[in-house]
This record gives sequence, structure tokens and C-alpha cells, in this order.
Amino acid sequence: MMQFMLLFSRQGKLRLQKWYVAHPDKLKKKITRELITTVLARKPKMCSFLEWKDVKVVYKRYASLYFCCAMEQEDNELLTLELIHRYVELLDKYFGSVCELDIIFNFEKAYFILDELVLGGELQETSKKNVLKAIAAQDLLQEEETPQGFFEDHGLG
Amino acid sequence: MNGSESGFNPAFNIATIKQVVNEAIERVAPVSVRMPTPTRLRDLIRQIRAARTAAEERSVVNKECAYIRSTFREEDSVWRCRNIAKLLYIHMLGYPAHFGQLECLKLIASPRFTDKRVGYLGAMLLLDERQDVHLLITNCLKNDLNSNTQFVVGLALCTLGAIASPEMARDLASEVERLIKSPNAYIKKKAALCAFRIIRRVPDLMEMFLPATRSLLTEKNHGVLITGVTLITEMCENSPDTLNHFKKIVPNLVRILKNLILAGYSPEHDVSGVSDPFLQVKILRLLRILGKNDAEASEAMNDILAQVATNTETSKNVGNTILYETVLSIMDIKSESSLRVLAVNILGRFLLNNDKNIRYVALNTLLRTVHVDTSAVQRHRTTILECLKDPDVSIRRRAMELSFALINGQNIRSMMKELLSFLERSDAEFKAHCSSAMVLAAERHAPSNKWHLDTLFRVLLKAGNYLRDDTVSNTIQIVSSAPAERQAYAAMRLWSSLERSAVSGDATEKQPLIQVAAWTIGEYGDLLVSEASNAISMVDEDGVDDFVRPSEEYVIDIYQKLLWSTQLSITTKEYLLLSLAKLSTRFTTQPSQDKIRVIIDTFGSHIHIELQQRGVELSQLYRQHAHLRPALLERMPALEPAADAPDRAPDASPVHKPEQDALLDLIIGSDPLTNGDVEHKPAPAPNNNTSNDILDLLSGLELSGGGGAPSLLNAVSDAPAPAPVVSAAPALLLDGLFGSAPTPQAPAITQDLPTVTALDKNGVRIVFGISRGGDTVTLTMRATSSEHLTEFLFQAAVPRTFQLDMMSPSGTVLSPQGEITQVLKITNPSRTPLRLRIRVSYNIDGTPVLEQTEVNNFPPDLFN
Repeated sequence: MMQFMLLFSRQGKLRLQKWYVAHPDKLKKKITRELITTVLARKPKMCSFLEWKDVKVVYKRYASLYFCCAMEQEDNELLTLELIHRYVELLDKYFGSVCELDIIFNFEKAYFILDELVLGGELQETSKKNVLKAIAAQDLLQEEETPQGFFEDHGLG
Repeated sequence: MNGSESGFNPAFNIATIKQVVNEAIERVAPVSVRMPTPTRLRDLIRQIRAARTAAEERSVVNKECAYIRSTFREEDSVWRCRNIAKLLYIHMLGYPAHFGQLECLKLIASPRFTDKRVGYLGAMLLLDERQDVHLLITNCLKNDLNSNTQFVVGLALCTLGAIASPEMARDLASEVERLIKSPNAYIKKKAALCAFRIIRRVPDLMEMFLPATRSLLTEKNHGVLITGVTLITEMCENSPDTLNHFKKIVPNLVRILKNLILAGYSPEHDVSGVSDPFLQVKILRLLRILGKNDAEASEAMNDILAQVATNTETSKNVGNTILYETVLSIMDIKSESSLRVLAVNILGRFLLNNDKNIRYVALNTLLRTVHVDTSAVQRHRTTILECLKDPDVSIRRRAMELSFALINGQNIRSMMKELLSFLERSDAEFKAHCSSAMVLAAERHAPSNKWHLDTLFRVLLKAGNYLRDDTVSNTIQIVSSAPAERQAYAAMRLWSSLERSAVSGDATEKQPLIQVAAWTIGEYGDLLVSEASNAISMVDEDGVDDFVRPSEEYVIDIYQKLLWSTQLSITTKEYLLLSLAKLSTRFTTQPSQDKIRVIIDTFGSHIHIELQQRGVELSQLYRQHAHLRPALLERMPALEPAADAPDRAPDASPVHKPEQDALLDLIIGSDPLTNGDVEHKPAPAPNNNTSNDILDLLSGLELSGGGGAPSLLNAVSDAPAPAPVVSAAPALLLDGLFGSAPTPQAPAITQDLPTVTALDKNGVRIVFGISRGGDTVTLTMRATSSEHLTEFLFQAAVPRTFQLDMMSPSGTVLSPQGEITQVLKITNPSRTPLRLRIRVSYNIDGTPVLEQTEVNNFPPDLFN
């Protein structure tokens, strides 16, 4: 089971955090800070796995963003890399050649996509098509309930 | 993803201009009656990103937060959604956002989908299960789980899966169970994973999900299949009964897996030519759990595992992902031997792979399979040792652990050589673990006593202060029980290291080494300086003999240099000081005697009270009790290893435990100044007098050495007492040595009581050895069995008036010739008769057994 997932930039700025275990806010911040420093200090040629405290951290860098998952000891590390890649593919399809700025300005969308891929720390859907279909349908629901032109002012903006 | 963050974008600039204009208007306009339109999310993000300094960012955020708070107070529902979204961004930057929690609940309760979507997102990010708000959300969830819109149900399930607390799990389990049976695959898969989380949090709730779960595997939808397999896996790991219940689905799983492999290209689930690797891996893992220790189930999956292992394309990460999982399954179930050969070969290929990730996985898997097939793993030894030099810490850690698993009697010399050089250059985080594992391996497989000592000395030298405390006493014990010639050799070797450290000034980094050296030279100093030891070969591994016999005065000079150093720890100095006192009876020349005396006298005014006391005591030995000195400072008899070393392996040579500490603690315990101090106390000098009287007096004071202590006392008192004991002396002697303690604390009597048999059933026997002292009783649990047991777990409980402290057990596997021991310390201030309830669980031939009983046959006067 995935314990948490973090997206952060090369500068160490957090871009997305998803926790599947309950920790107090303070601890979450501490873990995030320490993990970002540790991962950023690793050289590009090193392997993508890091035994860190009682979790196994699997991370991969895509352009300027690090995708970083904390898994349990029993989990398949290589499969986690595939999971990260699947998430990146979905973001790419949704935003159309995604870049860090897309995730910054539409962070809620990035969360929505992750929530259609992973639930409670486990993968819930293995078809890319189904994930995107569900997201598109929900986006449509959102648009339908906001009258034309109203969305700009009354939605998230 | 190749966009840069700071590219020129005209649209952004126009927006910024608009923003500035808007703000200017807002400032000029009179205070409006209603709240102005709030900043849009993307404008806020832009503003924050435009901030040049941290202070500037903080001021933007604070201003916005203040505004958001005020809209919350106004109960403004039109903009709530936007404000929460902004708050979530601010939260990600690390600012507090707890004041948005209740607003998230209001959003969730809104009928609008946009509100719900953002509200649930906020709930997942801002709430954790410690919050009281959590209970309020349960009702909202319950409503939405009954919604007609599948996406609203989906949002509720997603949130429940992420933040379910045990209370929430109990309240909503029946709703989730209903949704698993929903005909809608979108809801079904989410409900299945929710059930998985609910069982994780509250295992008791598993029962109610069982009927709905099995039908999940008959679905075509991969989402439902993978979540179903995940749920079943969790259930099987949860209880052995459920595991048996699900054995019958093995054929179904095999069929699903077969279809995945054989079915042609399906674009929906294809990943680089592999059909749904996510589902394949999940099924392989469940098969592993179902096939473990079950010949019939294993038989049913042999063919499909072979098929997966041979047919999977390995040029990409996906293929290797599946192979990795397959190998783990093959090694874990009762698979055919040809299949195992195949698996080990796959690992061999992994190990040579250029991809670091694959190499890491190979090392990891080899470590998990090394107990199944050691010889197969041994073949890769050279490659594994090579990995010790890898720049990547993850790989090094795996390689180190694997190396230790591979050490045996044949390869110990070459393996230790590699590990020693690894120890020398490894990071601090490895040193403690690596050195103690080396000490253990050396003990278990040492080809000769000399090699063992040499290795220990090298570990002491290279691990420095990272060495675990007990290594010092272990090493001392080994030296003390070695033959005389070896003791002289040890003194000479350690002298070289001691001298080198003292001269080069790195003694502070190698304190354990200094402690062992001090003890050894103190005991065998006469052999160190004597010409008679010239016959001993000091040729080291490189064929060099650079040993120079020191003069007595030079040895004392080095001691003085170390004792005067400000950086050595008090413990190390205590070792040195007592060693020096011992040397006074080993060395013969007058100048060295005088020097020793001067040094000891100086300690009489040392700033540290413990050292000062030792200084005063030892000075006394020169004055009032000079006639006692030679006898008191006699050589120690050979220390015996503790009888019940907890980590002894059945086939290992005796494991040496820090019984030295136990003994030292006993003596230290009599000294009120250092009571409760748990540091190593070098007090070998007084021990030397093996007078039973003294030991009895000393032993009564504190029993801090745990279960090993009484047996040690016996061991020491039974040893031949070479020292001529002055029968009138004990009281006087104690006054001299522990002068500051005129009346020792009321000595509680420590004595060994007969053992108590707690359980004798089905060939399993549990016996308590009891030793008591005051209001603390130490029980040593010994379990023996006529059958081979695994996962042996001993638990104990006492009434609330008692305090129970359990040490870790010596193991979890109990073989017919072996035993498991565990030490329990029970404190009973009220001194009522002891009642103890015990529970023992173990696996016999894969069948779990649980025994529970109450032990009431303890002696009534246990606490007195």
C-alpha cells in the first residue's frame, strides 16, 4: 500500500501531496522536508529506491518535477515506477504535454486525476481511457451547473 | 514537460496589469457595504509566485488568509468554493489552514457538484483523524454514499478510503458492503478498495465483506478485478481461516493470469507489449500467499508460473517487474525444483543488469531467498561483494546485508576481509550495524581463536566509536578465556594500536578500542614488557612484524598522555585508571612504580566524582592497605560467557554476552554515588578477590544485570580463587574501597528459587526461572518443544498493580533441540502475590496454534 505521494520541483518546492496514512500536520511537514532534501541530494545515476525510516521510497524525475511514492516493504518497487509513469501519462494526456506550470495552476485537477487512479493507497483502475473518461465526465458536470460565462467569475477561476 | 517557469508570456502580463488596476480601484473606492469579488485562484497563485522574498510571500499569504477568514465569518456561500481552493494552495506552501476544515464540510453538504468536488478534496488534505470534525463528516459521507450520481458516490468513497478512522470505518462499513454489490463497475471498484482500507483499520469488520468479495473475481472489468485481488490479499494476510477459505480461488486466479498472457494485444491495458502488468503482479502476489506451505495449491500454480517466467519480455522495466514478482512467488511456494533453478537464473541475470534499479531488486530478492537455496546465491558472491563498492547507498545497504547472510565457515576469511574494508570507508549510519554483524559472524564461524581475536581488534580499530557497547565486554571475555600465550599476543597487539592512537591523537574516535586495550594491558602487562614473550610471532597479514617491545616507563607515559587528555570519556578513563592500578603489581622497576603512584594520587582531586573516588580508593591501597594490594589486583579468572545468551543460534559456537557488565553493575550498584548509572564501569580490580563473602555482600545491592546475573555470580564464585583471602579483611576492605558508603541500602536478598512450569502441552513446555530481589522479580522464560515450531510468540500480562517489562525474545523459530528464552522483569510495589497470564502462539507444520493459561503456582513469598 502506498503511504503517501509527493510531487516536488528541483528547487525543493512542494507541488502536490497525497497522504494515505493519518499523521499530524507537523509530522507530515517534517517528513516532507527531510525526504525532499534526501532525494534531491541523490545523483542522477543512482537507483530509484531509497530505504528511508520504515518505508521504501520510490522516486523518479520527469523534467523539473520529482514524483516520489512511499511504499510498504512488501510492495513491488518496479511496479511503483510503472504507477508513477502511468500518472505522468495521464497528466500528459489531460493537459496536453504537461509541464510544471500546469500542475501549479491546476493543482486541484492533478489531485482529481490521482484520485481516479489510486484510492486508499492502492491502484483502482488500470485503463488510462477509463480514468480520463471519468475525469472528463466530472468536468462536464461542473461546467453544466455553471451558466455560460459565469464560471470565470464564480468557479475556481 | 519541458516548459520553463519563467518564460515571457504576454497573457500573464496583461492579467497582471488588470490585477493592478483592480486593486487600485478597490483602494480608492469607498469601503463597500458588501464584500468585494474575491481574488481568483490563478491570480493568487500568480501574486504569490511574483513575490521576490519569503517575507513578501508571507505578506501576500497573510493578507489573503485574513480575507478568506472574513468571508468564512460572513457565511458567504457563493465564493466558498473558490476560497477553499485558494486555501488549499496556501496549505501546500506550508501555511496553517486548519480554519478551513469546517468550511470544507459546508461545501460537501452543498448540492452543487463543484462544491462537493472541492470540499472533499479539502477534507482529504486538511483533516486528519485526530480532528473532531471527523465525526461530522461521517454524516455527509453517509448521505453521499446513497446519492444517485455515481460521481458523488465516487467522491465519498475516495475520501473514506483516504481518511477513514476506526470509528468512521465501523459506522460506514455496511454502506460500503452494499456498494461492493452495485452493478456499476465504477462504484464497485472504489467500494472494494474502501473495504480494503476498512479492514486495515478495523480487522474485526472483515467477516461482513466475505460474501460480496468472491464474486469480484468473476468480473471482466480490470478495475474491479485488481481491486478485488487487493481486497482478498488483505483478507488472507489478516487471518489464517480466511486464507484457507480462499484456497479454492487458485484455479480462478490461474485462469485470469493465463488469459492475460495468452490474450492478444489489447490497447486498453497494454504497457510496452505486456498486458496489464498491474493486475498480473497483484495476482502473482496473491498466488504466493495462497501457495505458501501448501503443496496442493502450489502444484496448481506451477505451470502458470513457469509460463510467466519464460514468456515475459525482459527488455523493458514492465517485463522485469513481472519477473521479479514471479521469482518471489516461485521461491516462496512449494514449487518444483526445475522452477527454482529457473528463478535463480533470472536473479543471476538481474544482478548483471546495467539498470541500477534491477540490480537493487536482485539483491533484495536474493536476500529474501538466501535461506531457501544458499548455494545458488553463493555463486553470485563476487558480484555481491562488488556491489559493496557501489556509490549508491541503497545498493550498498542491500549488498551488505546479503554479504552477512552468505558468510559461512569456508568463506569467512575472504568475506571478512572485504567487509573490513567496507567498514572502514562506510558512512556513519552503516558502521554500528556492520560492526556488530561482523562481531556476530566472527563468533559464529571463527576458524581459530587467534583469527577471532585479530578480527575483533580490526573491527575495534575500524568501527571506532560506532561500535555497539557490548562488543567491548564480549572482546574482553574472549581475551580473558584465551590461553596465556594468546593473552600476551592480545596485549602486544592492543598495545600497538593504543600507542598509535595516543601518539596520533585519534584516541577519542576509538574509545571502545582504548577500553579493551586498557583492560587487556592491565591484566597482562607483565607479559607485554617481558622478554619471555619474544617467542610470540607478531607477523601480521601483510607479513610485517613492526612490534617494538615497550619499556615499562614508556607504557606509563602513554597512559598518562591518555589520562590527561580532556576528550576521552569518563568511562574510558575509568578503564585506564584501573588498568594503571593493576600495572602497579605487574611492573617491577621503581621509576614506573613511582609514576603510577603520582598519577593515581592526582586523581584523588579529580573534578569528576567517580574518578575522584577511584583515585582516593586506589591511593588507599598504597597506604593503609598496602599488604592487600597484590592480592586485590590479581589477574581476573577467565570470564565465562553468559549461560542464556539470547541470540544464540542452535548451531553456533558459544555466544559471549556482556556478563562482565552484569558483574560490574552489581559492584557499581553498591556505590550510592553512581547508583542508576548505566554506563560501563570498569571495576575489574575489586572483582579479582573472589571471596564469596564480598560477592554476597555486593550482589545483594542491585540486580540490574537481568537474568544472566545470578548464573554469573555462581560462575565467578565457583571459579578457583587463587587470591589469598585475608579472612578478617572484608569489612575493612569495603570501608577502604567504598568508603563513602557507611551503611549500604538495606540489602534485599537475591536468591534463586526453583523453576516454575507454566505450560506443558502437546510437547511444548514453558518454564520460568525465577530470581528475585526486593520488589522486582526477574523471570527467565524458557520454551522447549518436541516439534519444529515457527512464528513462536510469547505474551504475558499482569494485573494493573504490577509493572511488566519484557525483553525481546531470543528467536521465533523453535527446533526440537533448541530453546527460546525471554526475560521478563516484574515490579510489584504492593508486594501482593503474583498472578500472570500467558499466551503462546506458534505455527506447527503451517497450522497456527494458540495456547492461553494463567500461572498461579508461583511461590507465595516471591516478593518480600
